[in-house]
Amino acid sequence: MHVSNEGELAKWYEIPIAGVVNEPGNTAKIIVSGWRTFKPVIDQDKCTRCGICWMYCPEGAIKYVNKPYSTKKGINYGFTYEIDYDHCKGCRICVVECPVKAINAVREHE
Amino acid sequence: MSEEIELLEEVSGAKGRRRLPLTGDYAAAYAVKAADVDVVAAYPITPQTPIVERISKFIADGELNAEMIHVESEHSALSACIGASAAGARVFTATSAQGLELMHEVINIASGMRLPIVMAVVARALSAPVSIHGDYGDVMSMKDTGWIIMIASNAQEVYDFIIMAFKIAENPSVLLPTAVAFDGFLTSHVMEPVEIYDDDYVRKFIPKSKWPHVLDPRKPLTMNATALPEWYYEIRYQVIDALNKSYNVIREVMNEFNKYFNRNYRILDAYHMDDAEYALITYGAMWGFAREAIDRARARGVKVGGINFNLLRPIPTDKVVDLLSNVKSFIVIDKAFGYGAAGPLFTDIAAVLKIYDINTPGVSATHGIGQRTMFVKDFERAIDLVVKVGNEGKSLKNVVHLGLRGWGETL
Repeated sequence: MHVSNEGELAKWYEIPIAGVVNEPGNTAKIIVSGWRTFKPVIDQDKCTRCGICWMYCPEGAIKYVNKPYSTKKGINYGFTYEIDYDHCKGCRICVVECPVKAINAVREHE
Repeated sequence: MSEEIELLEEVSGAKGRRRLPLTGDYAAAYAVKAADVDVVAAYPITPQTPIVERISKFIADGELNAEMIHVESEHSALSACIGASAAGARVFTATSAQGLELMHEVINIASGMRLPIVMAVVARALSAPVSIHGDYGDVMSMKDTGWIIMIASNAQEVYDFIIMAFKIAENPSVLLPTAVAFDGFLTSHVMEPVEIYDDDYVRKFIPKSKWPHVLDPRKPLTMNATALPEWYYEIRYQVIDALNKSYNVIREVMNEFNKYFNRNYRILDAYHMDDAEYALITYGAMWGFAREAIDRARARGVKVGGINFNLLRPIPTDKVVDLLSNVKSFIVIDKAFGYGAAGPLFTDIAAVLKIYDINTPGVSATHGIGQRTMFVKDFERAIDLVVKVGNEGKSLKNVVHLGLRGWGETL
């Protein structure tokens, strides 16, 4: 991203020729949370930690977190899946793919 | 035909130079060989085909060490050129009419990606109705795509302009694709004496260069990514800036070329313009007709001069202002229609004059559409018109269509 320290966007002569992106992997710096109409919300009590949402997410926005969790029914998991809302575009593939319906689509703005 | 040419090629001229009978297309192929291109991707289309045909032969005979990519369309031809150029290769392609239109999407990509591709555009009328013959309808459709566009008037200029085009396109402050256009058939298929130079001598004039944005796995980069509204304007403006900067580069390259190859090229050719009261403006192969008509008018005592555009983009603003400030009137003969408007080059010239607040009355004329035969007397008629407009100080309200059956009957 061609952003100066002051947060101003680069002027035309400060941008590399033809707007080439010469910083590989900088897509991670682009926040896409504003693209969503619906946001996916994981019900950690229903989630079985199968990892299917993690595999299907086209943006890599499902995070594997080393955080133990005990469900209301008393099942202990050593990790959880969380959603990276900065990079989730709200496509809801995870909602469709979840085999136990543990991910709900919640409207962003009522 | 090719054997005949092989025999004629034995004729040798001054040291380091040979004078060959070449068509405009073959002259283009010889220039491409001299430029030692790395990749050629092209699709055959009349009247361009002999260019790539001859280049294929050079490659097959081992005279040119280049990759010839046989693609399935012109869209692919220019796309392949973009890929090769992005990898740092010196590339060339050639097309005409429908081929150029099929390429159109990619034409804009090549300029936006700032890749110094050189293309010969052998001007041909656009369908419908189907025509394989020459006019500049195709070239004019690419004039606002960010390419530098040179127009050659004869086979010698084709050879020389293509050599210059590589030097201009690859200049670090330019880095824009460059087209060299010339008349289908009138230039592309007519054999003329062309002086060609030793390939080694040419290659010293245009040494291979590297540009800053080249694909390299050790230094990965993304080209032609999506630019959202807060980026597109600035990135595309860089093309405008490069075109502006290219103008002086083109002038310098022409000067260097003139010294190195002992020639006398100018961005605009001016013929008897020193004392001219009226100006006749043309481009491409029409220039020969224009000069003959000017000679005949001068013999009658009419002070008319001629201007030939060797450069269509960027438009040579300072020269236009300089040459047209002190004439009574001018006429531009376009070999292309301006649909629902005046002729394409006329429109550009009129815009320059308006910006510089010059009120010389001008006449827009067309001729040679679909390769309608042009006669010197038609150009003399154009001179009569421009003289009348200049003396009466009153512009014509209609575009003049020289050589059109029935034109003027309903006015």
